[in-house]
Amino acid sequence: MITDAAQYLISALSLGGLYALMALGLVIVYGILKLINFAYGELIMVAGYGMLIIGRSPWPWIFVAILSVICAILAALVMERVAFRPVRNSSPTTMLITSFAVSALLQNLALLIISPRPQVPRLPDYFSRNFSVRGVRIAALDLMGLIVSVLALILLTLFLRRTVIGLSLRAAADDFTMTRLMGVRANMVIAVAFAISGLMAGIVALFWIGNTRSTTPTIGLEPVLIAFIASVVGGMSSMKGAVLGGYVLGFLTIGLQTWLPQDINAYRDAVLFGIVILVLLVRPEGIVRPAYSREAR
Amino acid sequence: MKYIETSNRAVWSRLSTPVILVAIVLMIAAITMVREDVVFERVVIVMFINLLLVVGLQTFMGNSGLGSFGQYAFVLIGAYASIWFSLTPQQKNLALPDMPKDWWLYDQQYPFVAAVLAAGLVAMVVGAIIGIAFVRLRGASFTIATFAFLIVVHSVALQWEQVTRGSRTVIGIPRYTSLWIAAAWAIAVILVGYVFKESTIGLKLRASREDEDAAASIGVNVKLMRWLGWTLSVFLSGIGGALWAHFIQQFSPQSFYLKETFLIVAMLVIGGSASVSGAVIGAVAVAMTSEGMRQFENWWNLERQTETDIGAILPFQLIGFTEIVIALAMILILVLRPSGIMGGRELSWPFGSSGGPPATVVEDAQPAALAHQDPVS
Repeated sequence: MITDAAQYLISALSLGGLYALMALGLVIVYGILKLINFAYGELIMVAGYGMLIIGRSPWPWIFVAILSVICAILAALVMERVAFRPVRNSSPTTMLITSFAVSALLQNLALLIISPRPQVPRLPDYFSRNFSVRGVRIAALDLMGLIVSVLALILLTLFLRRTVIGLSLRAAADDFTMTRLMGVRANMVIAVAFAISGLMAGIVALFWIGNTRSTTPTIGLEPVLIAFIASVVGGMSSMKGAVLGGYVLGFLTIGLQTWLPQDINAYRDAVLFGIVILVLLVRPEGIVRPAYSREAR
Repeated sequence: MKYIETSNRAVWSRLSTPVILVAIVLMIAAITMVREDVVFERVVIVMFINLLLVVGLQTFMGNSGLGSFGQYAFVLIGAYASIWFSLTPQQKNLALPDMPKDWWLYDQQYPFVAAVLAAGLVAMVVGAIIGIAFVRLRGASFTIATFAFLIVVHSVALQWEQVTRGSRTVIGIPRYTSLWIAAAWAIAVILVGYVFKESTIGLKLRASREDEDAAASIGVNVKLMRWLGWTLSVFLSGIGGALWAHFIQQFSPQSFYLKETFLIVAMLVIGGSASVSGAVIGAVAVAMTSEGMRQFENWWNLERQTETDIGAILPFQLIGFTEIVIALAMILILVLRPSGIMGGRELSWPFGSSGGPPATVVEDAQPAALAHQDPVS
């Protein structure tokens, strides 16, 4: 019984941590631009294909992983510069539609240039290892996911709280116009936000693909949907909310998988997205209200 | 005198737009009939159905300025609902084997037109109910909510075997949607969309698009107008689904998802969402382009497969090329001309212009639906 609980806890914390990173990647851009980036999932895809292509080299896997994450960051920066900067002043709806187009573009580029079939990147063999401590079976991937996500969250918090750029980012999320009047450069802040978004996507991609063990052009869809749910439920305008939403969703997912009968589980997506609609209606700011915000919508 | 002239021209322009749009549809249909090319005819029928869906989307999205990614939820409902009403019990045995025989629905069978309208009504009822909640949302929240609804409907359709056959393909649906039937419905929907836009409700809805608070302050019930626009729009989407079901003859819930949503949103954005003409032009332009691309793709892949002289130098197989071109076009439009090809205007007669653009008197004051609000930088 206790071992069951321990296993549940570790899986849920690991999954929740990754979901939290995904949600953060969305929210950090949304906070500043009010852009819900549909093409966020394609950053995960870019990192995945990075792993595939760079993984063909003889370099150790850790370099491959780092380079893939860098690919995702670069992709995020390019995306911002080419597609989102020109529509920055448009309505949120226009920006959302733009990101929808960017997403379709990248997916189909992958389809055209690489392959519609799933590709298997090189993964280190410790990804698939299990070990047991006092009868608790732990997947190495889960444990690493847990550690890396917590580390990333701590580092991001430090970055946001202890550096000037981090401070500008937080200020911009509260009131962008005022922040700019204080002499913070808009292009810089937005680029940093996108870079962080790419970083999160890259880290998530390592574990996501470590789990699915293959890359497809549409691999980004499921993560981006999860990030949507987590960030809407947690609070689109709050990074704390996104993290909380991520963990809640992680626990919920593992919990439903473990205890819900199979035939009801089939309706899981319907239930989750039903909850999203409900939250949007009843509490559009999510679980965590932003500390300070002008008319957030 | 000046004013009377202006309003005369305004009336002319109002009348000329639907006439031109209907003429475009009739012309395309006539050309298709004369050509007697089966493949081309299929392309045109699909185009008409898409055109209908895009005009249906425009009815809400263009007039209210709110984005909907959930339209295909209602196309799905319309498609399945239409076969509940159009198939005989024997046909249902084949197409929907899991539907219990003692259901009331099992014995229902109506002529095609009635089935299409019934399908639209089913979609409308669902949309009207969920719409009561949706109209409270604004901006991106609205779009996300509609998108979430698409996923909810999709996953319910995948599971609810009695009415949809689950994830398996529904087969054996008779083909009732011919070229002229598709054209007739497309024309009807264009007229409905145009009349709605020009109606008092449409005008109020457009006012709320430009400035929600200002519209409310002069007594526009913004939520009610949105709800009316939304309800009409999902009704039209349901009709589109019904027509498509009886053209394609077999489908599954997978046929109504993100790729399809992307296509109609792209058509509307490229054409220009603020006018019915934009919706029509966008649908026709994108359909023609993708058909051209598809033929190019086929040619390319065939050359490559058969390893002809040209084929030998072609580096890779072309897949998804059409979507790339559409997505690029869409991004370019959003960046360079956010109001789309038509820029929020309607097509109208090119005469009567003693000065200034003719017949756009009514429309001139409108910025396009999607290009405004809250400057960030």
